[in-house]
Amino acid sequence: MSTQEVISSPIITLDDVSFSYDMGKTNTIKNVSFDIPEKQVTAFIGPSGCGKSTLLRCFNRMNDLIETAKVTSGKIEIMGQDINAPTVDAIELRKQVGMVFQKYNPFPKSIFENVAYGLRIQGIKNKSDLATAVEKSLRGAALWDEVKDRLNSSALGLSGGQQQRLCIARTIAVQPKVILMDEPCSALDPIATAKVEELINELREQFSIVIVTHSMQQASRISDRTAFFYLGELIEYSDTTDLFSAPKEKRTEDYISGRFG
Amino acid sequence: MSNPFAETKGGAKRAEKLGRIGFGIATYMIIAFAITIFGIITYQGLPTLFNSDGFNSEFLTESPQTLIVLKEGDGTVHKVSFSNIEKWKADNPEIQIEEEKRFSYAGGGIAGPLIGTALLVIICMLISLVVGISAAIFLSEYARPGNFLNTIRLAILNLAGVPSIVFGLFGFGFFCLSRWLPVLRYDRDFTQAEQDAVIGFFRIPFMDHGYVSFEGWGTSLIAGAITLAIMVLPIIITACEESLRAVPKGFREASLALGASKWQMIRTAVLPYAFSGMLTASILGVTRVAGETAPIMFTAAAAAKATLPGAESNNGGLFWLSDLLTDSVQAMPYHIYTLAKLPESEFTKPMQQGSIFVFMVLVMSLAGLSVFLRNRIRKSLKW
Repeated sequence: MSTQEVISSPIITLDDVSFSYDMGKTNTIKNVSFDIPEKQVTAFIGPSGCGKSTLLRCFNRMNDLIETAKVTSGKIEIMGQDINAPTVDAIELRKQVGMVFQKYNPFPKSIFENVAYGLRIQGIKNKSDLATAVEKSLRGAALWDEVKDRLNSSALGLSGGQQQRLCIARTIAVQPKVILMDEPCSALDPIATAKVEELINELREQFSIVIVTHSMQQASRISDRTAFFYLGELIEYSDTTDLFSAPKEKRTEDYISGRFG
Repeated sequence: MSNPFAETKGGAKRAEKLGRIGFGIATYMIIAFAITIFGIITYQGLPTLFNSDGFNSEFLTESPQTLIVLKEGDGTVHKVSFSNIEKWKADNPEIQIEEEKRFSYAGGGIAGPLIGTALLVIICMLISLVVGISAAIFLSEYARPGNFLNTIRLAILNLAGVPSIVFGLFGFGFFCLSRWLPVLRYDRDFTQAEQDAVIGFFRIPFMDHGYVSFEGWGTSLIAGAITLAIMVLPIIITACEESLRAVPKGFREASLALGASKWQMIRTAVLPYAFSGMLTASILGVTRVAGETAPIMFTAAAAAKATLPGAESNNGGLFWLSDLLTDSVQAMPYHIYTLAKLPESEFTKPMQQGSIFVFMVLVMSLAGLSVFLRNRIRKSLKW
């Protein structure tokens, strides 16, 4: 791997991280070390099966759901804390590290209830507090003007792009420090994609965003830094402009010029 | 020019036609059977619900009793229920009775069996839904896949295959008979202290009124309800587990990613969306439970019973509940079984046919209700 510059204020630090889905028989992610900067957009790119989504799901310990999956070596630190330490509560971690999924998945409830979900889970019952938070989150997700008149109608009546932005609103309502996005636009048409990208652009001021994407154009449009993964290894990680204009590695160049993947 | 898409003659074509006809016949035959059965039962049973005064409410509000048929010399026939006979005779002293015949179960109505079945079903469903939904949640959300889980599934499957009469006899032995554990019974009589120690272990005090124990309840509502609950549990567990699994993974992930604990996730993002399936399962369970005869014939059902369940108790509140639970009941399926064994006569027939008709309508409306409710809930909860 190419030598990398030191990031002054990392929010996520990976040190020699390996991850396995089968109790360590085979490593899906192999000895990955790099830092993810605070309040920037970091994109993970790479061909299917390269481990980028898997790594993303390590950051909020979503892989805990799979019995045989575990980090086999190394350390992931978020905000300076090893997130796999026994004293870390995955529930508390996930309040700080939110996630937006590939397939938009609002609950079959009203728009309001979708955004309020995370807050209700935390025991907030006061109606005006909830209303304030819901409006703030929907504004933050650039969805308020489109839905303010029908907050009580079902979220499933929204278009796909609106549903995905609703999921983003739902995530920022909990006020996490980090937002993980797992191919958030792969189920959306180009216009809806553009809106989500615009939104990501605005969110970078408040949140540290890590986005997995299949689209290299998208990575180059929205991210500050880009990591290229191949077969579970981090091949190259640098400023997005550098990575796309002057890749240092042959495999990166082959991938971004469309020779494989 | 010849048609390039002309029909070719051959076996495939013929098989196609034969298959269509064969499958069609099978389908229409089922419909024909169903219509025939429902038709005959309705045609024969419906008249019981109506008499010369119009709607025969007595059939639904009175309990079964003996019918006394009185014949005058000129051949006039009077039908009087057993409970009314003294009064009738006092009211009609002028009538000279030539012949008096008694027909068991042919008088009154079916109020007792209807109430008994309702009680059995309600208590059975309360028990089986609490246990079944809990078990389904455990199996679908908590249990780790592996040999243990496979064994549990096999056990549930086996339980579903046990004939209902076996459940009935099991329930009879386990709940109704009062007895010592066989192993303790062999060599000598036990002292009172020993008895208290052993029995005490199996008995849970119920207020000051008595004990809830797993033995010696006699023929009782609670013994029948629990036996039915055990019988229907596999159906409830399997159906509830399936409806839990049908909830999209995305809901669970979204909930967890927003900082929900596992139980919060299950409560807010899984159970509400599994509800329609669980409802259908439970109503199907109800129809099954309502119709079963074998599990209750030894454990709960009385062929004849003068009073409604719990009516003989003078206690109030929880004590009354305890008396009700340990009282025997009449139940529709067992009542129909009893009626079916009666010697045929024109006086018992209306009761036989009417009971079957009312029971069929009840069970069918329950099944219909479950479909209706499921569709309504599905409409409001689509994803």
